Amino acid sequence: MTPTKTKRKAKSGSTKWNPNIVVFACNWCSYAGADTAGVSRIQHEPHFRMIRVMCSGRIQPGFVLKAFERGADGVLVSGCHIGDCHYIFGNERALEQFEKTKNMVRLLGLEEGRLRLEWISAAEGARFAEVINDFTAQVRKLGPSPLNTGNGER
Amino acid sequence: MKTTSTPEIAEIADKARAWACYDCGKCTATCPIARVGGALSPRRQVLAANLGHREDIITNNALFACLTCGLCSSRCPAGVVYCELVLNLRQLAFHDGVEPECPHGGALQSMMRMMAKGKTKQDRLSWLTKDLKVQHKKGDVFYWTGCTMYYDAFFPDFNITTLDATRAAIRVLNRLGVTPVVSPDERCCGHDLLWNGDRANFELLARHNVKLVESSGAKTLVISCAECLRTWNIDYQPFFETSPPKIMHITEFMQENLDNLKFKANKEHTVTYQDPCRLGRHLGIFDPPRAILEALPDITLAEMPRSGKNSICCAGGTWSNCDRYAKHIQVDRLREAKSTGAEFLVTSCPKCQIHFACAMKDPNLHEEIEIPMRDIATLVADALAD
Ligand code: SF4
Ligand code: SF4
Ligand code: SF4
Ligand code: FES
Repeated sequence: MTPTKTKRKAKSGSTKWNPNIVVFACNWCSYAGADTAGVSRIQHEPHFRMIRVMCSGRIQPGFVLKAFERGADGVLVSGCHIGDCHYIFGNERALEQFEKTKNMVRLLGLEEGRLRLEWISAAEGARFAEVINDFTAQVRKLGPSPLNTGNGER
Repeated sequence: MKTTSTPEIAEIADKARAWACYDCGKCTATCPIARVGGALSPRRQVLAANLGHREDIITNNALFACLTCGLCSSRCPAGVVYCELVLNLRQLAFHDGVEPECPHGGALQSMMRMMAKGKTKQDRLSWLTKDLKVQHKKGDVFYWTGCTMYYDAFFPDFNITTLDATRAAIRVLNRLGVTPVVSPDERCCGHDLLWNGDRANFELLARHNVKLVESSGAKTLVISCAECLRTWNIDYQPFFETSPPKIMHITEFMQENLDNLKFKANKEHTVTYQDPCRLGRHLGIFDPPRAILEALPDITLAEMPRSGKNSICCAGGTWSNCDRYAKHIQVDRLREAKSTGAEFLVTSCPKCQIHFACAMKDPNLHEEIEIPMRDIATLVADALAD
């Protein structure tokens, strides 16, 4: 993973730094939500890599911490809305794991704004785009992660 | 970042005295992993090291199955230092891209590596309470907290607070008139990374931490965690530029100052004591914790059949070898602790508490293995006369 350090021209013509964001998405809702955004041709910020897991319950702190360790500027954890998990209670587990992750990230001294949890359904293509845009803007404001040493090494 | 030059296998075997092995097999007969059926034969590993079978040693699971508990070496008639062999072979393995399967998805390793990068300002001291007197930069005594604040955040469902021991240690130091340095810039000691084979990141941590303690001007460094202590006492030694401070376990410090500690009567308690492998066999600290338990009013120590240098370790060290054999060892050990009739299992390493607490979560065993745990410093702090 080679984070883009060079300032690239944004569409508007202004120069902007583009973050490296890692998005974890469950197969049944959030990933499908991203797909819906795609097939509906909704424009959104493209500076993220998506990692699909079967259920948000799989997203343990180790995943998120590894992303930060390797220099991710932001991490978005996403899954089905509560009550809609394909495996019934996976996202409740995800919530517990996310709490732990958040506490670890705080202790480690990374800004809270670099980590976010969102529930996005398969139908919510527009919401997916909105969340991505909003989160990208938020991370962009924070600037590069202090752990982003530019080469993704450990 | 695989930069450090890695010694070759012959050199590693030589340093660990593998050549002295006379194939008696005592080590394998002793090994707690082998006892519960794990495919680990230290004898065979020593032989393979002597023969220079690099590929075989590195890819067979035995290298990471070892708890590095040191029980085998304590019985070896030829003085083979098996842990030393494993430590260095794991570096070789890491160099070849072989790592242990880390429990908890490698979260703890990531945490350590982030601290090794060291570009952030940790929120490390928010657990300090008002009654604890500390200073942050310079002082005669440096108290090394270790990473208990991280463990409590990571294991919220284990019903233990490893920070209690950290706070208790400071309380006792305060009672002795010591206002220790507790630094917001402390980083993980890197013990686990070192034993996982990641020497490069370990060295980053070692350099930072040694400099931090050196710059505090402390003459004494007091440490609670057995793993941190081993790291400071042995693995950090080459990193000191000035002469190292006196490095003491909290129980050693308390023992030295026992005369100045006044205790109040207690409710009667029988306790048993778990020797952490790093504290006991690695560093030879068996007596100070026992002397303290002895000095506490109304506390009776009921030793487990396997204690002191024959103690069995908590089987979870270095976050790299947690499997069914580890669970087996933990459950056996907890049964052993209960068999003493003790009300509490006392230990002096936060990791022992974590791994045992984990074992106690077994849904089928409950009362059979459940026993409340205490860190020795909390017993002392609670017994302090007002
Ligand atoms: S106990 Fe020592 S001498 Fe005996 S087989 Fe093991 S390493 Fe060799
Ligand atoms: S150090 Fe402990 S676990 Fe490793 S081989 Fe020796 S006795 Fe077995
Ligand atoms: S015994 Fe220790 S390493 Fe294994 S799962 Fe439990 S806490 Fe993790
Ligand atoms: S399947 Fe989407 S959260 Fe479980």
